[in-house]
Amino acid sequence: MGMAVVEARHLAHDHQFHVLAIDDSIIDRKLIERLLKTSSYHVTAVDSGSKALEFLGLNHNNYSIESAAQDDISLIITDYCMPGMSGYDLLRRIKESESFKDTPVVIMSSQNVPSRINTCLQQGAQDLFLKPLQLSHVTNLKSHLFRSSTSNTRTHHQNNNHVH
Amino acid sequence: MDVIQMQRTWVEYTKSLYREGFLDSQFAQLQLLQDESNPDFVVEVVSLFFEDSERLLNELTKVIDQQQGVDFKKVDAHVHQLKGSSSSIGAQRVKNACVAFRSFCDEQNIEGSLRCLHQVKQEYFLVKNKLENLFSLERKIVAAGGSVPTEELNFL
Repeated sequence: MGMAVVEARHLAHDHQFHVLAIDDSIIDRKLIERLLKTSSYHVTAVDSGSKALEFLGLNHNNYSIESAAQDDISLIITDYCMPGMSGYDLLRRIKESESFKDTPVVIMSSQNVPSRINTCLQQGAQDLFLKPLQLSHVTNLKSHLFRSSTSNTRTHHQNNNHVH
Repeated sequence: MDVIQMQRTWVEYTKSLYREGFLDSQFAQLQLLQDESNPDFVVEVVSLFFEDSERLLNELTKVIDQQQGVDFKKVDAHVHQLKGSSSSIGAQRVKNACVAFRSFCDEQNIEGSLRCLHQVKQEYFLVKNKLENLFSLERKIVAAGGSVPTEELNFL
């Protein structure tokens, strides 16, 4: 593959934000992908925290190996409750890494547990979305992309407390 | 039935599904996500839901049937998954049945769990049947040259 092709790929992504989504549910991955695409995001969806780390090029010691993802990922959105590595553990690994500690991370959870929300925010998550995911969640994402990693917010969670 | 009649039937049938609690507003979210560039989105997600749910229901039946003692952690994990996916597509009655199921899992109550499994299966097959009817009607409308009148669902 020549340099021209690689460059073209970067250019194509110039005006598109690339989001990495993690959820063990195939239904939720389909929903997240479609929701994100309505806002013209480029989406990579994986089914586990370990696959996410692999994609990001993070090995066991969080030293990054060569990965195109490093220049590319604008936001990471992950389910909290997953078999194997939880969304919280993934969040921690991302925030401990050199390459991705400033990448905004959003957590999705089916349970409205205040202590969980606080723990995630303290660990550096940008926000926690209550499932099921809806269009209103996605329209709020752009503000997270431009916010610095040090300022967290709970406004979206509080405003979108749909309890079914 | 001509296209207009089929469209009217579709609207009434859809409204009844919401009214009777089979579907909630999350299903409307799915319908909003369907457009000319993603014309089959709802059918695709719901098909995934059908496959995944039947897998989970089979697993649940196996786990609860164990003679050597029920692994409630496993049962709870499966019900949690089913609760999540039914919530994501707006299958309200299935979701509610899962919520009830989980409390029996917490109590490690085998009788209660068996009853709940039966209830969840019942709700699942009911909504599956309803949605298949709906999709069948949609196919007929499209085949007759019409379009599915989702804009008429403004009561949501």
